[in-house]
Amino acid sequence: MISLTTPLSEATVRNLNVGDEVVITGVLFTGRDAVHKYLHEGGQLPAGVNLRGGVLYHCGPVVVKDDQGNWKCVAAGPTTSIREEPYQGQVIRDCGLRAVIGKGGMADRTLAACKEFGCVYLHAIGGAAQVLAERIQSVPNVYMMDKFGAPEAIWEFQVVDFPAVVTMDAHGNSLHKEVLAASQAELAKYV
Amino acid sequence: MNALLDSLLELIRRTSTEIPDDVHTAILASLEREKKGTIAESAMKIIDQNIALAKNKSQPICQDTGSIIFYVDCPLGLDQIAFSEAARDAVKLATKKGYLRQNSVDSITGKNDGTNVGPGSPILHFHQHRAPELTVKLVLKGGGCENVGAQYSLPNEKLKANRDLDGCRKAILDAVLQAQGKGCGPGILGVCIGGDRATGYEYSKQQLLRRLDDRNPSAELDGLEQDIVATSNKLGIGPMGFGGHTTLLGTKIGVLNRLPASYFVSISYMCWAFRRQGATLGAQGEIQNWLY
Repeated sequence: MISLTTPLSEATVRNLNVGDEVVITGVLFTGRDAVHKYLHEGGQLPAGVNLRGGVLYHCGPVVVKDDQGNWKCVAAGPTTSIREEPYQGQVIRDCGLRAVIGKGGMADRTLAACKEFGCVYLHAIGGAAQVLAERIQSVPNVYMMDKFGAPEAIWEFQVVDFPAVVTMDAHGNSLHKEVLAASQAELAKYV
Repeated sequence: MNALLDSLLELIRRTSTEIPDDVHTAILASLEREKKGTIAESAMKIIDQNIALAKNKSQPICQDTGSIIFYVDCPLGLDQIAFSEAARDAVKLATKKGYLRQNSVDSITGKNDGTNVGPGSPILHFHQHRAPELTVKLVLKGGGCENVGAQYSLPNEKLKANRDLDGCRKAILDAVLQAQGKGCGPGILGVCIGGDRATGYEYSKQQLLRRLDDRNPSAELDGLEQDIVATSNKLGIGPMGFGGHTTLLGTKIGVLNRLPASYFVSISYMCWAFRRQGATLGAQGEIQNWLY
């Protein structure tokens, strides 16, 4: 188990390999379909959302207000990342991201951006909304909620020991490519 | 009316936060099958922890509480309009309480009003029968797994699939291959052979109402169901597509008549977080017993 703390350095990230299990402590910002399209069309991130050296989490959480009026995250598993494939490389390049957390993997353009700019794709367990919400200590802020609605807003999470697996590293390796090729070859034997 | 609203709210809460027994049994078996020390095993362990945590905290198993699909089997004379209104109120209330995510988006404006109620949400299917019983079943089906559903038209040249059960088999296995881990496997397939494009997909989802441990009364379809699961598990896609021994927990196949010109195989992919529950309701709308 490798412990990572934000902000992440390029060296740290380039040291990771496919299959490494990590736990992250620090800040995560969520961003999914609406945010990626907005950035792709030239939109600017609001002040307070600093992604440099940071981690973007593909997630539409369930967040409610507690009795004191603070945000409390009650469910926070990942969403399927492949939908952001057209936009991810650009965001890695322009914002200086060191890690993207999601599920289901991403494709060649993102893999190339990871290698070029020093970034990794971390796969969180899909549907593990409670296990992951437990690692969120606080929700200091939410941005662009009025524009995008709660699931698509940029949520700021303070996390401790948030677990994920490296499935795309900065060396051009992707577990998703390997499993696809292997399963394709295996299926050919049975049809 | 209040009793009905309370019952529907409790049905939503329970469906969202507690995995049904038949699914939990299958998940535990799958954890046993994964090789120790692999990331597949890690994934299944976290899934198992998550199930317990969700139940204890009465919070959603998965944050994507998905499409809200009610199946109501009702006697003659049930006021379906009133029932639908109660269901919509229960959905709004469940959303305020955090049992459901704010999941209903206007497809033209992109706006999410946060209520979960709008054109197409929630979905209510009423089926009338001549018995006195009133049962309501609920499936919460997330968007991730919905996106990896597929509908094939046979013959399919690329798959060398002809209009027969072998062709259906090839289509179904192709759907599993294309899905990889994106549907949050190990998954469950609901399949319909036949129908039109609409009824085919709809009936494929209804197959998800079957218990995982049941068997298809048709020997032919039962054979195909078992074979799809066994073959899929040989592909090595595994939990989350990490590579591993369990890719599918089950496959349930239904059949509808078709037009001579059409031959559809419709596949709905359900994730491991198989949220499906139901209740028999009494005359005042109170819950008499749970169905799963």
